[in-house]
Amino acid sequence: MSSTIIWTIVIIAGLGLLLAVILFLVARQFRVEEDPRIDEVEKVMPGANCGGCGFAGCRAFAEAAVKAPNLDNNYCPVGGNEVMQKVAAILGYEVKEKAPQAAVVRCNGSCANRPKTNVYDGAASCRVKAALYSGDTGCPFGCLGCGDCVNACQFGAIVMNPETGLPVVDESKCTACGACAKACPKGIIEIRPKGPRGMKLYVSCVNRDKGPVAKKACAAACIGCGLCAKTCTHGAVTVIDNVAYIDPAKCKLCRECEAVCPTGAIHSVGFPKPVDKEAVKKRIADRKAKAAEAAKAAEAAAQPVKKEENNG
Amino acid sequence: MAKITFNIGGVHPDDSKIAKDRPIEVLPLPQTVWVSMAQHLGAPAKPVVAVGDKVLAGQVIAEPGGFISAFVHSPVSGTVKSIAPRKDLAGNNMTHIEIAVEGDEWVEGVDLSDTLVTAIPEDRQAILDKIKACGVVGLGGATFPTHVKLNPAPGSVAECLIINGAECEPFLTSDYRIMLEKTKEIIVGAAIMQKVLGGCRCVIAIEDNKPEAISAMRKALGELGYSNMEVLPLMKKYPQGGEKQLIDAVMHRQVGSGALPISVGAVVQNMATALAVYEAVQKNKPLVTNTLTVTGDCLPVEKQHNYLFRIGMPLSYIAEYAGGVPGDAAKIVSGGPMMGKAIANLDACTVKGSSSLLYLSEAMTKRGEQSACIRCGKCAQACPMGLEPFLLYRLYKAGNTDELEKNAVHDCIECGCCLYSCPANIPLLDYIRQAKGQVLGIIRARAAAAKAAAEAAKTNEKK
Amino acid sequence: MDRILVSPNPHIHAPVSTRSLMRDVVIALLPASLVSVIYYGLPALVVFAVSIITCVGLEYLIERFLMHAPSTVGDLSAVVTGLLLAMNLPSSTPWWVVMIGAAVAIGVAKMTFGGIGQNVFNPALVGRVFLLVSFPAIMTTWVIPGGYFGADAVTGATPLGLVNEAILQGKSVTSVVGDFSYCDRLFTFMGGSAGEASVLALLAGWIYLLVRRVVRPHITVSIWATVAVISLIFWLCNPERFTDPLFNLLSGGMILGSCFMATDYVTSPMSTKGGIIFGVGIGFITMMIRYFGSYPEGVSFAILIMNATVPLINMFCHQKKYGRK
Repeated sequence: MSSTIIWTIVIIAGLGLLLAVILFLVARQFRVEEDPRIDEVEKVMPGANCGGCGFAGCRAFAEAAVKAPNLDNNYCPVGGNEVMQKVAAILGYEVKEKAPQAAVVRCNGSCANRPKTNVYDGAASCRVKAALYSGDTGCPFGCLGCGDCVNACQFGAIVMNPETGLPVVDESKCTACGACAKACPKGIIEIRPKGPRGMKLYVSCVNRDKGPVAKKACAAACIGCGLCAKTCTHGAVTVIDNVAYIDPAKCKLCRECEAVCPTGAIHSVGFPKPVDKEAVKKRIADRKAKAAEAAKAAEAAAQPVKKEENNG
Repeated sequence: MAKITFNIGGVHPDDSKIAKDRPIEVLPLPQTVWVSMAQHLGAPAKPVVAVGDKVLAGQVIAEPGGFISAFVHSPVSGTVKSIAPRKDLAGNNMTHIEIAVEGDEWVEGVDLSDTLVTAIPEDRQAILDKIKACGVVGLGGATFPTHVKLNPAPGSVAECLIINGAECEPFLTSDYRIMLEKTKEIIVGAAIMQKVLGGCRCVIAIEDNKPEAISAMRKALGELGYSNMEVLPLMKKYPQGGEKQLIDAVMHRQVGSGALPISVGAVVQNMATALAVYEAVQKNKPLVTNTLTVTGDCLPVEKQHNYLFRIGMPLSYIAEYAGGVPGDAAKIVSGGPMMGKAIANLDACTVKGSSSLLYLSEAMTKRGEQSACIRCGKCAQACPMGLEPFLLYRLYKAGNTDELEKNAVHDCIECGCCLYSCPANIPLLDYIRQAKGQVLGIIRARAAAAKAAAEAAKTNEKK
Repeated sequence: MDRILVSPNPHIHAPVSTRSLMRDVVIALLPASLVSVIYYGLPALVVFAVSIITCVGLEYLIERFLMHAPSTVGDLSAVVTGLLLAMNLPSSTPWWVVMIGAAVAIGVAKMTFGGIGQNVFNPALVGRVFLLVSFPAIMTTWVIPGGYFGADAVTGATPLGLVNEAILQGKSVTSVVGDFSYCDRLFTFMGGSAGEASVLALLAGWIYLLVRRVVRPHITVSIWATVAVISLIFWLCNPERFTDPLFNLLSGGMILGSCFMATDYVTSPMSTKGGIIFGVGIGFITMMIRYFGSYPEGVSFAILIMNATVPLINMFCHQKKYGRK
C-alpha cells in the first residue's frame, strides 16, 4: 500500500519536472526579442486600454511611443501630464505640457426645451436612430438621447439625466479619451480644455438651421443671431452656419456672451456664482456708451485735421 | 397553387390586401407642391429653374447630379416660389423646389389620352434616351435610374427580363391595381424594355394571391400576341419581390455577393416601372405620377384608396383628402410594413417611389419588449440570404468587423425577416444594418487603397 | 396616439414570442403528462407539482435576490424545465429528491450560466442525471402500472433495465424482449419514467409542435434514423445479443428525449446541417451506451454529451448562403 503511494508521488513529481523542463526549453527557443522599454512604458500607463490616444490599447501605445522619434503625436489623455512625464523619463524624450481637458455636451435640448414630435420605437442606439431619421424632436442636430456616449465611456464619467434626457459629464471622472465624442453620431460632444480652475464657457448647441427654424424646434437653441460675437471683446466667438462657437484659447471668461445670449444657449461651468446678467449688460452698455463718446470725441478731433488736409 | 418560389428562407406574413378592390382614383391638385431633388438612388438632381420662373407640367426642373441620377420634371404648371431646404419624411433637410399650382397645362408633345400605342420605336438608343429624358427610375423601392439598368455594361448579355409583379409586401395594392387597370400598357412597356435588352425572354412574375391579375395579364398577352413573353405565377412568400429572390425563383440562378443581376443574365423591373417606361416612350410623358395605396389595419375598407398622385404632393394633403389620419394609428409608414419607412414628418412630400400611406395600429406595430436570445434559430431560417442574424448581432455587439465580413453581413438586403420572426424581439436588423454599413465602408476603403496602390505601381513601372 | 411611433423596418411582427413558444411546448407535453397521471396516479401528480413549483420558484428567487434582474419567470421556460424533469423521473421518486433535482436543473444548469438562452446543457437533463448518479436506487426502481390511477401498481425494472441485466448475465435478450408487446409500448403499460408512459401521447405532442412550427423535425428524425440503422446492423449480426430497432426506438427515454429534450432551442445547433450532425451523434452515443455501457439507458447522457459539442458545431456549420459557395 505504502509503496503505491510512494510510486504515485514519484511518478507525478517526475512528470511535473519533465514538463517543466520542456516548457522552459520551448519558452527559450521561441522567445521574441523586444525592446525592454516597451514593458517599462506599459507599466506606467493607466492600463485602461481605452484607445483615447489613438492606439489599440496601452501596450500598442507603448510600442508606438518607443518607436516614435518624439512624443508630439503620442499623448495619453487619461494619464495626462503626470504619466507623460514618466514616459518621457523612460524614453529620454521631452514632453509638452497639455492643458487638462474634459468632454462637454453641446446640446441643451432637454424635454422641456425641445418638445417631442414623435416616439422612437427602435433599438436603443443613437447610431441606429441617427441612420433612420432626424430624431424625435424638431431639431435634426441635437442629442438623440439613447446613450451611446454613456455606453462608450469606460470611466463612468457620463450618465443620462432622466429628467432632461441629456447626458451629463462628471469632469472629475472624465479623462478626455474622446470615446464619447467618437460614439456620438450627431457630433455634439466636444473635448475642451477644462479651463483655469475648471471655469469655462461654451455654446451648448450645434443647430445649423436658421434662427426661426431652430428656435421653433428648441427653446434653448443657438439661433445664430451673433450678439455674442458682437459683444465679445476678445474675438473668441465666431458664428458659422448659424451656430456660435467659443474658441477656448481666446476666451477670457468675462461671461458677457453668456449674459447677452437671448436663448441661454451659452453655458458656463465651474464659476463660483451664476452670472448676474443685469450687471454684465450694464457693464457692456457703459462700455459701449464710453466707446461711442470716445468715437465722437475722436471724430470731433479728427474733423479739423480733415479740413486742414482738404485745405492742404 | 403555384409551387415556384425562391429557395432560401422567407416568411409568410398575412397579406392583408384590404384595398385590392378599390379602383385607382385621380387626386386633385393641391395649391402648392414641393418637389424633392432626391427622388432616386444616387446623387441628388440639380435645379435648373430659378425662383419666379413659370413652369409647365412635364417640364424639366432639375437635371441629373451624376452618372447615377435622374431628371426631375415639374408635376404641375405654375410658378417656382422657392428653392430651399425642406424636411423629408425622416425629418432631414433636402433641397425642394416649391411650385405654386396655376391651372394644369402640360408641355407640348405629351399625349395624355388613354389610347394604347403598340408600335414600338425601332432605335434602341432613342428609346433609352427617351427613358432617361423622362426621368424614369425603378419604382419597386430602390428608385435606381432605369436607363442605367437597361443599358448593361458591354460584354454582359441579358437573357431574361423579369417584370416584378410579386408585390410581396402586405397591404400594398398599387401594383395590383395597375396590373388590372393598365394591363396592356404594362405589357407594351415590358416589350419596349425587352427590345432595348436585345429581344431576350420576358417573364411577368406574379404571386398567386393575385389570381385576377394573373388571368388579366394572360388574357391581354394573348390579345396583343407577344410570343416571347409569359406570365409566371409564384407561390406567395416574402420577400419574393426582392431582386435576388425573384431571380432565384424565376431563373433558378443566384446572383453572387456584390454582383449585379446582369451577371447571371437577369434584369428585373417593377410593374410600375414598366408602366412608366410605356408612358415615357409611347406617350412622351415624364415620370411625374405614380400610384399609391392609402391603407392600414386601423382604416375601414371604405376609407382605403388607391390614388394616382403627382410627385411633390404633401403626404398630409393626401391624408386629409382620404379622410384624415385615423385616431388609433400608432405609426404611419411610407411603403410596405416589412421594408417601408416610418414617417416622422407627415408634411413631407411624395416622391417618384412613394407607394403607400400605411396606418398601423399600436397592437400591430409596437415592438414587444426585448428579452434574451433563446437561440431558436428562427432568424436564420427566415433570412432569404442564408445569413445568421443572431450571429451577426453578437459580432456587431463585440465590434468584430473581420468576422462580420466573413459571415457576409454585407449581403443583407434589409428585408426585415429576422426581426419579424424573432420571438425575443431582439432588434436584429437595426444593428445588422449598422454592421453592414461598417463592413461596406471597410470593403470600399480597401478597394480604394488597392486601386491607389496599383496606380502607384504603374507609375513606378513607367519611371 | 397623440405622437406617432417611428422605428426602422419591419413594422409588423410574427405572432410569436418566447412565452408563446414555451406555452406550445407545455401544451405538447400535456397529453403525455395526463396519461402518466392516469396510470401512475397521485404520486406522479406530486412529482409534477413539486418539480414545476421548485423550478419556477427557484428561478424567481435567484433572479430577485442574487442577480437583481427583472424576472423571466413569465416566459414559462422554467415551467417547461420542471415539466420535462418530472417526466424524466420515476413516479415513485420522493418529493425531496424531486426538489433536489429541480434545484440542480435551475440553480446549477441554467442560472449559473446566466439564465435563459445562456445554458450549455439541457437543465432538465442535468437535474435528471444528477439524481441518477446520486440516488441510483430510487432512480432505477420503476413503478409498473397495473391499472388506472395507480391501482395494482408493482415496482420493478424497465424493459431496458431487464435487457441490460440479461446482457450482463450473459442471457439471450430475446427471452426478455419477448415479454413485452409492441402494442403495449405504443400505448402505455410501460415501466419507466413518469413521462415515458405513452409513446403515442408523446408523439402527438411532437406533431403538435411540428404543426405549430415550434420545432423542426430534422434533429428528431436524424436521431431515429441513426438508432434504427445502428441497431438494425447489430441485430442482424446477432439477434441473441442485441435488441431490435423497434425495441430501441420505442423504449426508455428515446421518444421523450428525441422529441422534446434534444430539440431544446438553447442547447441544440442553429443550422440544419448542425442539427443533423447533433442528432446522429445522439443516436450513435445512445446505442453505444445501450449495447456496451453499464447503464441501461443512454439517451440522457448522449444528449448531454452532444450539448457540449454544440458551440463547436455552430462554429463550423452554417446556413447555406445565397449566391455563395
